[in-house]
Amino acid sequence: MILDYIPIILVLIVSAVFAGIVVLSSKLFGPQRPTKIKLMTYESGKDPVGSTHERISIKYYLVTMLFIIFDIEVIYVYPWAVEFKKLFSDFGLFAFIPMLVFLIVLELGYLYILMKGGLKWD
Amino acid sequence: MGLEAILQKDGFITTTIDALVAWSRKSSVWPMPMGISCCAIEMIAAADPKYDIARFGSEVMRFTPRQCDLMIVAGTVTYKMAQVVRRIYDQMPDPKWVIAMGACTSSGGMYRSYSVVQGIDQFLPVDVYTAGCPPRPENLLNALMAIQEKISKTKARQFQNRSMAELENAQI
Repeated sequence: MILDYIPIILVLIVSAVFAGIVVLSSKLFGPQRPTKIKLMTYESGKDPVGSTHERISIKYYLVTMLFIIFDIEVIYVYPWAVEFKKLFSDFGLFAFIPMLVFLIVLELGYLYILMKGGLKWD
Repeated sequence: MGLEAILQKDGFITTTIDALVAWSRKSSVWPMPMGISCCAIEMIAAADPKYDIARFGSEVMRFTPRQCDLMIVAGTVTYKMAQVVRRIYDQMPDPKWVIAMGACTSSGGMYRSYSVVQGIDQFLPVDVYTAGCPPRPENLLNALMAIQEKISKTKARQFQNRSMAELENAQI
């Protein structure tokens, strides 16, 4: 049983040894000349500015939330619109009214955002 | 510690190791493609199958200075860009070489202008200048071969280890 795994173990050993040799040889053969600039973060030749934990303006969240509203609308309306003829012949008005209710609810939310001044961010 | 630290003087073994180190260095000159303007297109052409820079072991264009030996400055360098070019050069590990590709890079070219550096040798130690506007890929390969020749003449002990304190003091 253990004999079956010998090739895998060999591959693991060889890859570990090879990786070790590659890393060590650059340490061993390459001249080490550290300077402050050389050890600095590479920012395409510019000074790194600010921290990586930037706080993002709340306007961004507003845009994403508005996007979600329209995204959900698209997700449900498109398949419904594509299959509408078949649905209408099968279910009649029952295929139409629930979607109308859904859209009205969604548009009410959108109207609320609009009245609250959600699209004004200056 | 490095190999260079041991090789302080010439000797029977040293010359052979020098040759081996120089050979391996010149056969894998990895360029930093500093493609600032139109010469970069010819630099890209040099990497394609027709001109095939891979024949010289230089096909690995690295977009980080950490892994590069050769900086190909291809294009007009403005004063604003000069700081960036110098910073990237400074971030490349030693030993390193520079090709000034094209007329603009070598001498400012046709841009006799307040904004353009009149030759990158004002702020970089250039090894090979390449004529042309832009130079043909053959010309770039010729420059690369000149660099390889230069590398083959170097000795391993020329590139000694330096401590950070020593280097910071030496910098002008």
